[in-house]
This record gives sequence, structure tokens and C-alpha cells, in this order.
Amino acid sequence: MTPRQKRLWTLIAVLVGLGLTTAVALKGFESNLQYFYDPSEVHVGKAPTGKSIRVGGMVAKGSVVREPGNLQVQFVITDFAESVTVKYTGLLPDLFREGQGIIAHGQLKDGVFMADEVLAKHDEKYTPPEVAKSLKKRHEGMGGTAPASEPATTTEGTPR
Amino acid sequence: MIPEIGTLALLIALVLTALQAFFGLAGAHREDAVWMRTTSAVTAGVFAFVLAAFVILVYSFITHDYTVEYVAHNSNNELPLIYRIAAVWGAHEGSLLLWVLILTTWSLLVSRLSKGLPDSFRARVLGTLGLVGFGFLAFTMFTSSPFTRLFPTPADGADLNPILQDPALAAHPPMLYMGYVGTSVAFAFAVAAMLSGRMDAAWSRWTRPWTVAAWMCLTLGITLGSWWAYYELGWGGWWFWDPVENASFMPWLASTALIHSLAVTEKRGLFRNWTLLLAIFAFSLSLLGTFLVRSGVLVSVHSFAADPSRGLFVLGLLLFFIVGSLTLYAIRAPSLQTDGGFAPVSRESFLLLNNALLVAAAGLILLGTLWPLIMDSFNLGKISVGPPYFNTVFLIPMLPLVALVGVGMHATWKRASYATKGRTLGMFAIGGLVLGALIAFACYGSYGVPLTIIGFGGGFFLMASALWDPLLRLWRRQPQARAAVGMAVAHFGIGMFVIGVSGVASYKIEKDVSMGPGDTATIAGYTFHFNSTNDARGPNYQAREAHVSITKADAPVADLTTQKRQFKIQSNPMTHAGIAVAWNRDLFVALGDDLGAGKWSMRLQYKPLVRYIWLGGVFMAIGGLIAILDRRYRRGVVEPVTVEG
Repeated sequence: MTPRQKRLWTLIAVLVGLGLTTAVALKGFESNLQYFYDPSEVHVGKAPTGKSIRVGGMVAKGSVVREPGNLQVQFVITDFAESVTVKYTGLLPDLFREGQGIIAHGQLKDGVFMADEVLAKHDEKYTPPEVAKSLKKRHEGMGGTAPASEPATTTEGTPR
Repeated sequence: MIPEIGTLALLIALVLTALQAFFGLAGAHREDAVWMRTTSAVTAGVFAFVLAAFVILVYSFITHDYTVEYVAHNSNNELPLIYRIAAVWGAHEGSLLLWVLILTTWSLLVSRLSKGLPDSFRARVLGTLGLVGFGFLAFTMFTSSPFTRLFPTPADGADLNPILQDPALAAHPPMLYMGYVGTSVAFAFAVAAMLSGRMDAAWSRWTRPWTVAAWMCLTLGITLGSWWAYYELGWGGWWFWDPVENASFMPWLASTALIHSLAVTEKRGLFRNWTLLLAIFAFSLSLLGTFLVRSGVLVSVHSFAADPSRGLFVLGLLLFFIVGSLTLYAIRAPSLQTDGGFAPVSRESFLLLNNALLVAAAGLILLGTLWPLIMDSFNLGKISVGPPYFNTVFLIPMLPLVALVGVGMHATWKRASYATKGRTLGMFAIGGLVLGALIAFACYGSYGVPLTIIGFGGGFFLMASALWDPLLRLWRRQPQARAAVGMAVAHFGIGMFVIGVSGVASYKIEKDVSMGPGDTATIAGYTFHFNSTNDARGPNYQAREAHVSITKADAPVADLTTQKRQFKIQSNPMTHAGIAVAWNRDLFVALGDDLGAGKWSMRLQYKPLVRYIWLGGVFMAIGGLIAILDRRYRRGVVEPVTVEG
């Protein structure tokens, strides 16, 4: 092979490789991107029904309901403008509690969010950034009727 | 007074790193023997002062010096001694100091253990490392000093985050940083090669052991982290594709590619440009990882306190090193080009494929990690890229790689023939698949998921293929090079890892149940008996404790205790799982919440073969260690190497 041919083949190989990689990426993205919505967006119908999404907000005070001895739990998450009822069966994360910012994965069904996973970060001061941002936005939108506990926007977690 | 000495030590170290960079790079440029010798002395000085600063911080933790803000925020009177020491790297400032300490340790090792290097080359390597050290010391000093005082001084500290109070986590960050920061050594060698225009077989021979050493530490660090997440986060997962996990995994993939590319550069003098580029990539990905963790731009369990100025500083460093080294590459790389032929079937082409697949995997993971950031910055919505994406894009390049490793290990340089070995390898492959299918059906009663048998088969094939040569040589009493044994052991480890992953992914059982004392629940033939529950207390926490015994066909298997701990200072509760380990499976029980009516939520898990995931990682690291000990790296003088072309 002349150097020229060799360069050509190298170029072709690189392009094919990049093409394949892009194809793999697009295939991977296809069904695995999850969008985030806050309760206000859910309320105005922006969030799709029957599709896997994430919603997040603060767990409303006094909203956690469960039948004694039952794994099923129901609670309300709020951005202090609107709220969404979440239903979940299973173990809640250690840091799940009322007043804590959380994110739930799952699907909307008849206005209720059926969660298959509930996430709270491993720090009491932590509010997920999406939730913090949404709370800040809604809070400003209400002209300063401040929520009782302003969510901390600092994220402090754990190194690994 | 003592913390101020720490600050002073850091300041002196900062000035010294500037001198290290200057004397190293300028000295080599002017070929000034005195300046070049000075570089080594200065490097030792930097190490001494950074070590002093680090020891002072440790001392502040041990003596409960809450006038130091960092200590006050991350320690407590009741925190046991070992965790007070581990708390030094438990948050941003201290872990950065550890980063710098490890960098200076690597620099010191390079300056002491590289007697065979030409003086000018060593000076350039140390000069480049000095530049990196200067950047990170400045970062530490100006944005994240661990010695900042706190007024008024609190009577007691805010305690270390409870999930960090764990032995594996005490060891995990130092090990991981050894690997992370170790990529800077390969980077410095690459920069020195480009500056000097010298990149021959001897260069690869100097670079290889350092790169493998860094890779080994990175492997162990990631393995420890995975193990820790498995038992300490309480939920039994071993890998979450969390951005920060990815941040450590991408440099791992790049350095894995690099150590293989270096082999070609050493033995055949080929792939030089590519090797340089990989060294730059590996280091850049380490810096990118640091940026992602420090800046708080990504959502992660690991995120440290978000501080825009810190993010900007690291971004600046990142750009400086990437742009600088790539510019140098663009200018110098063409002159290092070499030509040499190799047949389509040869060790060279297998290693090339290995590199292409590893880099593709790293690129796809990078894309998935950064995609949410890109979408958000263009206001295209807030998305998260979940584990399914990463699983898909990782498996597609990695499955062929497993097969290629098993075959490619037996290829010879320039032109390989499988006339004699092909048959045996084919038998290994078929045997592996048959064994895989047997295990799937006989032990687990189903074929699992579509890839289960391929996963088992690939793992067994790889293990057999890796052991074949060393065992044959042992049998025939032939001598073998440690590098070859190391390679075999590391590849054997990959096989174990693949089998572990296939087992867990295919046959794990996770079940959340509501149980009270006296209740039982059964998964995978194991019956969990909830015996009793009581209060318990530890040095700095109180706990609710549940006792669970496990039986299989009425024969006792294990007695486990699981706790829900409530820490006194930081009031976060934390689950401490009970785990019964056996060679073929883990049984895992985690206590959840009080559900009322005398019931508790419990998570029961059956994790077949999970231990082989970490054992595989340990084998990979041991393989690296054996390879470093190869004789040819320890010859004092580098002999001229003829590069056959």
C-alpha cells in the first residue's frame, strides 16, 4: 500500500468507527432519556401520561399516608405552587422524610404518579438541583409568599 | 498557630512547584545540568512541604481542633480515631490536599526511581508534573484551603457524614486518587516525549510501568468503591452509572487502552501518535472527572458543596492542560510518525481493535454523562440518562472485546497464525458456552436473560485462554516473563468479572416485604426468618436492630443482623445491611421503616456470584502488579532496542 492509500483506509476506518459509535449512542438514547417535570408542569398537563419520567419536589408536611403494616405508601410532593400525589410500594430511602426534596421515577396515571423508584440524596442538607431550581422559580413566581423552610440550594454530599 | 504552619507549608510548596516547573522545563531546554539537578531536589522539597501540611491537617483532626473550619464541619468528639483520620479526605478541601499529596508522591517516585532516564528527559517529566502540581496547589490555596479558621469556635464538630464512616471508604479515596493522579505521570512522559522529540522503545519502556501502576491503583480504587456502595449504601447494587462513577471509569478505560497501545509502541515502535493522544486523553478525563465532582454541575450522590468559583478554576486548569497538550501534539506528533507494516491478523491489529473498542466505550459513556448538561444549557429540558443507556452502550463494544481478548492474547507480532492454536481456542470457546449453559440450567434452572449464556461462556473462554500459556509453560518447566504472567492474571480477572456480572444481572432476586417478628419470607429457596428486633447503640449512633436467620430446606444457613442507625449529630438515618457471603452467592437483608402494626419493611436480596465482580477487579490489579515487576523494567541501563520493521 502506498502511504496515500494507507491514509485513505485509516480515514475510512475512523469514519466507520465514528459512525458505528454514533449509531450505538442514538440507539441507547432512544428510550432511555428521562425528562424531569415539577408539580406545576404536571398540573398544567405538560408531563406525558404513561411514559417513564421523573418528578421532583418537597414531600409535603403531613402528607405521608400508609396503612399500618403495609408496604404501600402515598405522599404528596409540592413545589409550593402545585402538588402531585405519588404512590409507591417498597422501601423508601433512608433520607426520605416530610419536608425533604426528593425525586421519583415512574409514570403518570390518572393524575397520580405511580413511582417505581424514590430517590433522596445521602445528606440532610441536600436538595436535588432540579428540585431546588424549580422551587426557586415557583417561589419567585408567587411574589414572595415564602415557604416555611427555604430549601437549601447547596449540594453537599459524599465523596467517593 | 499550627494550622497557620499548614497554610505556610502549602504556600512554600506552591512556590516550589513553580520552581520545579521552571527548572525542569527551562533546564532541559537549555541543557543546564545544574538546573536539571535542582529540579529533582525541588521535587523532594515540594513533597516534604505538602506532606507537612497533610500531617498538620491529620493532627488537627486527631486533636479535635475545631478552630479549623474544615475539622469542625467533618469531625466530632465521639468520632472514632480511624474515622477522624479518614475524615481528612472526607470532604472537598481535605480530599484536594490528598490529591496534591499523591501527585507529589508520584513526582518524588519518578525522580528517585528513574535512574535510567536521561537527565533532560527526567527534568521535562518533573517540570510537567510541577506545572500540574502548581495548578492544583493554587486551586487548594485560593479556593479551598483546609486550614481556614472558624470563629466563634464550636464546642463540638458537625461530624463526618455517617455513610463515610466505614473502613472501605477510608481506603477508597486514596487508592482511587493514586490511580487518577497517576495518569498525570503518563501525561508528563508524553509531554516530555513531544518536547524532546524523543519517543523510542526506551521511552515506552520507561512509561509502561508507571502507567500500569496508575492503572492498577485505579482498578483497585474503583473496585473498593463498588464494594462499598454495595454494602454501605444499603441497597445491594454494585454499579449505578452515577456521573462520579463514570468520572473514574472513563480514565480507567482510557488508561487500559493506553497500556495496550504502549505495548505496541514498545515492541514494534508503532502507534506512537496514538499512544501520545491516549496519554493526553487519560489525563484529561481525570481532570474532567475532578471538574465534574468539584463543580457540582452534575447531580450525583458524590457531589461536593457547589461553588461556582471552584468549578471555574478547575475548568480553567482543564482547558489549559487539554489545549496546551493538544497544541503541542499538533506541532510535534507528525515528526514522531513511524511506518511499519503488520498483517490484518497480528497482535498489532488485535491491540488496535482493543483500543478502538475501549475508546468507543469511553466516548459513549462521556456522551451519556455530559448529555444532561448539554441539554440543560441549551434549555432543551431537564433529562437524566439512566442506567439502561449505559448498559446498552457499554455492552455493545465490550462483548466483542471479551472474545477478542481471548483470541488476541495468543497472536504474535507482525503476522499471527492460528494454525496450531485455533483448534484449542475453538474448543475453549465451545467448552465455555456449554459450561455456561450447564450452569444456567443446572444451577439456576433457566437460561436467564438473552446474554446470560454468552456472558458465562465468554467469561470461561477468557479464563481458559488466559491460563493456557502460563500453565503449559509451568508444566514444561519453561521460563516465563513476569509481564506475560501479569497479562494472563489480569485477563483471567476480566473473565471472573464477566461471569460475576452475568450471574448477578441474570439471576439476582430483590424483594421488598413487610415483616414482623415471627414472620418468614422465601426467595430463591432461602427462607428468611425475622426473629426479633431491639434497640442497639454504637459509639456515635443509636440503632434499631433486627435479627434474621436464614434457612434452606430447614437447614440453617446464616444468622444476620441489620440495623437502621440514627446518628446523634447529623440526624440522618442510615441502613446497615446484613450480608451472608458464600462462594456462589450473597444473601442480603436490609431493615427499612417501622410500618406500624408490628411490621417492618425489609429488603431481601439474593445475589448469585456477586463476589466475582470484585475478585475479578482484584485479579486485574494483581496482574498489573506482576507485570510491573518484570525484569526488563528494572535494568539500570537502557540498552538500545532495535525496532524491526
